[in-house]
Amino acid sequence: MTAKTKKITVKDIIKKYGGDKTAMIAILQDVQEEFRYLPKAALSSISKQMEVPLTRIYEIATFYNAFSLKQRGKNLVEVCAGTACHVQGAARLMDRMERDLAIKCGETTQDKMFTLEEVRCLGCCSLAPVVRISGDIHPNLTQDEIPKILKNY
Amino acid sequence: MVSFIIDGKKVEAEAGANVLQVARANNIPIPTLCCHESVAPSGACRMCVVEVKKGKRTRIVTSCLYPVDEGIVVETKTDRVLNVRRLVMQLLMARCPESDVLKDMAKELGIEPQPAFHPDTDKGKCVLCRLCVKACEDVVGVSAIGLSGRGKNKKVGAPFMEDSKTCIGCGACAYICPTEHILMESTDSKRKIWGRTFKMQACDKCGRYFAPIDQLKFISDKTGTPMTELAVCMSCK
Amino acid sequence: MSKINTLEDLNKAAKRGLESIIPSKTKVMVGMATSGIASGAQEVYNALAEEIKKRKLDIILSKTGAMGMDCIEPLVDVLQPNKPRLAYSKVTAKKVPEIIDQIVKGAINGNKPAYRMDEEEFICLGEKKPYLKGPVPKDLEGIPKIGDVSFYKKQMKLATRNCGMINFESIDEYIAKGGYFSLHKALTKMKQDEIIDEIIASGLRGRGGGGFPAGIKWQTCRRAHGDIKYVICNGDEGDPGAYMDRSVMEGDPHSVIEGMIIGAYAIGASEGFIYVRNEYPLAVRNLQRSLDQAREYGLLGKNILNTGFDFDLKIGKGAGAFVCGESTALMTSLEGKAGEPRAKYIHTVEHGLWDRPSNLNNVETWANVPAIISRGAKWFSSIGCKNNSGTKVFCLVGKINNIGMVEVPMGIPLKEIIYEIGGGIPGGKKYKAVQTGGPSGGCLPDSLIDISVDFDSLWDAGSMMGSGGMIVMDETTCMVDIARYFIDFLEFESCGKCVPCREGVKRMNEILQDICNGEGKEGDIELLESMSQGLVDGALCALGSTAANPVLSTLKYFRDEYMAHVRDKKCPAGVCKALIRFSVSDEKCTGCGVCLKKCPTECISGEKKKTHVIDQTKCIKCGVCKESCKFDAIIVE
Repeated sequence: MTAKTKKITVKDIIKKYGGDKTAMIAILQDVQEEFRYLPKAALSSISKQMEVPLTRIYEIATFYNAFSLKQRGKNLVEVCAGTACHVQGAARLMDRMERDLAIKCGETTQDKMFTLEEVRCLGCCSLAPVVRISGDIHPNLTQDEIPKILKNY
Repeated sequence: MVSFIIDGKKVEAEAGANVLQVARANNIPIPTLCCHESVAPSGACRMCVVEVKKGKRTRIVTSCLYPVDEGIVVETKTDRVLNVRRLVMQLLMARCPESDVLKDMAKELGIEPQPAFHPDTDKGKCVLCRLCVKACEDVVGVSAIGLSGRGKNKKVGAPFMEDSKTCIGCGACAYICPTEHILMESTDSKRKIWGRTFKMQACDKCGRYFAPIDQLKFISDKTGTPMTELAVCMSCK
Repeated sequence: MSKINTLEDLNKAAKRGLESIIPSKTKVMVGMATSGIASGAQEVYNALAEEIKKRKLDIILSKTGAMGMDCIEPLVDVLQPNKPRLAYSKVTAKKVPEIIDQIVKGAINGNKPAYRMDEEEFICLGEKKPYLKGPVPKDLEGIPKIGDVSFYKKQMKLATRNCGMINFESIDEYIAKGGYFSLHKALTKMKQDEIIDEIIASGLRGRGGGGFPAGIKWQTCRRAHGDIKYVICNGDEGDPGAYMDRSVMEGDPHSVIEGMIIGAYAIGASEGFIYVRNEYPLAVRNLQRSLDQAREYGLLGKNILNTGFDFDLKIGKGAGAFVCGESTALMTSLEGKAGEPRAKYIHTVEHGLWDRPSNLNNVETWANVPAIISRGAKWFSSIGCKNNSGTKVFCLVGKINNIGMVEVPMGIPLKEIIYEIGGGIPGGKKYKAVQTGGPSGGCLPDSLIDISVDFDSLWDAGSMMGSGGMIVMDETTCMVDIARYFIDFLEFESCGKCVPCREGVKRMNEILQDICNGEGKEGDIELLESMSQGLVDGALCALGSTAANPVLSTLKYFRDEYMAHVRDKKCPAGVCKALIRFSVSDEKCTGCGVCLKKCPTECISGEKKKTHVIDQTKCIKCGVCKESCKFDAIIVE
């Protein structure tokens, strides 16, 4: 994607919110959704177009969990670490994921296929422990189901 | 005007003042770290806590932000208060083991470090008082540095922790920093801060280097004053 | 749809809605809240749509919210004219043709409904409308009534009155259940102070966890100086394992909207915000749809119900920060900034959003308001127990048989929630404790099983009501690990502004990690205790000041477990990896070899039909062997 393309899209997003500075979080959410992360160029662009100091935008971008400054892998693997899931053994699932994907929580595999993250909470407590992969819910997961499931992606 | 009691002493104050201001005006010492007269208080360090009784309720509050009120009873050295200050100092000393300012402050308050807290090695002397950020944003108006991250990963710096693109080299942050964390290297004609090297302006009259050119440019843009007028140091003006 | 300006207009909409609630033709409702969808309700809905189309049947297919009993979802309710409403549980796409068969043939074969309802409660109107005119058909008599199902028997649905019952996409159905009649009453028959007095008299206390009297808050906000005031809904339900608010926002969004309009009128606010956490996209969609509907009907916007009252609501989305559930942090986030809290020496009801008087209440609190205005303060305060009126919605999760969302009158004994509603602990295991109040709360052990579940009793016991999450734990849960879990959560979610929380919670986490890793030292427990008071007094906001609660609470009731970790380097519950050892029981092992196959480090060896052995040097304590052993032959100690 060229810088020009990025600027046009960011411009559209800013326009959607009428350039309202108080809508910064919503603007960043739209950018995150469009690019699947917050590119540095996008943040600089927003700063220039909306005349908001980049430090402000960077503060917001690094404060909230929803935002990622790093490009995410093709598949987002989210291990629910809510209390109900924790009590049902989510920690063991995370360990297994880390081993099988050979990355630590928060990282992306070398082939950029998977990003492993912890999430709280998916709110499917009756299905604990739960893992969500690219939006698909995998309920009542046990450790040894993991390799098979990962193969599907 | 409101009157209230602090450490057994009856005092009077303007409505709208905070307890810290009134305490200091009455020579009652209360330690602070994140407080500075040039910027609004943030209540971040919690060192200035006091115990306040209002009506039936007693609570621990930060005196820098607590508004004075008629009839309140303030105590600046109760067990609960000293306990908070001890915890804060011990935590900060563990966070910034190299800081002499913190060591001295702890000594003065009679606080020993907590050996169970393993010292951090990556925080420098920054206690996240955020005075630098406030000075840059509210006083100078540049916003070259800011806060980022959350919780234990919170940091101060330029966006993306890179060399600052917008810093004007004024040094307000270094000046206001209570722990000397922010490093500013000054030679005659140059100043280094936040990864940038700033050329200093020599005074038209006496030739002394007195301010970064970028800073003067910033003032010029903001006020409309031409650079030629600004290129004279304070002593020669 | 034309605007609703008069009571007559409202009655017309109610009539339309009633025809939709109890229609003259068959209606099938699928539970499509997040919990239902996670269980596969979307596939069921699609299958039903397809089957109905295929057979060219004249059946209404609609969506409803969460009824509560998540563990038997997906739920499909079938309402045929003059028949009880039947609820089919654990429905799959495969089972759909059979259910349609039953509808068409009018007879139950095979898949039996889990329960039936003979009438629908219209609690705001104080009535029950029967689904059928005559007696219950003989072939359905055997289906238990919902009131006889142990999960539902002791429940009282007030805040969740419409969840799982009505179509959340239909404003007319909401109106038919008494919706917006309270608004009409408030705007046309009551003065602002009258409304506030009614809320005060009702005894409604904040359902978000604080338990502060809602009416007093409204009154303070009303009296605050300023022409522009705001009402705000806290939908940032952040406690992990709690989804009460989500269920209300998804299943009955209008109840929140109506509550807020009434509140806005009483306080004198012209604008309102519903702050919904980022992780609730369905709640946002359903709320947005309902807001649009309300606007279309003129129930939001200018000149509401022709009374000259102007008010509108906007949704503000969170972006993932637990701390934004704190009122000042929430408002800062609404202003478009990083959600750091600030001192509350000056209350937000006087200086809140944009420094203006702002009244913030939780989702469940707002949802109760229309019912209170409709039925009266006296009625509301007759429910519950002294100083704790009304009901509370809880999410019962963890080691419990009946996992789901429940609503019970305040003052119900904990025992009844765990054993009657919850159906006890699965696998015949022993109840150990229930965590209430999330990361700010504490645990209630077996010794407190008879405690009355209300704000004050829980507070006195060292826990708190919190937003309503109830995590049940059994003998296989390590309480030290639970304390560590909550502290770890708070460390991650701390905003980082104040020293006691940012640094203190981090250090507490380090100590707890050490204890769980077998590196606990003499004095660690005492240090945790002494730090806790500093946090309580020194932290800037409630996240920090309550951070020590789970630690203090587990120390109070399970100190022996801590001692075992620190002194004996053992984890009695068999959870903390560094302190446990997996071995094979000679007695029980059949030599089937399953564990050998599954072990990721190949540390199990053995011949067929002979006791297997675990090589301790290679064992990484992952637990797969225990999970896969059908003979319970893996010992953890």
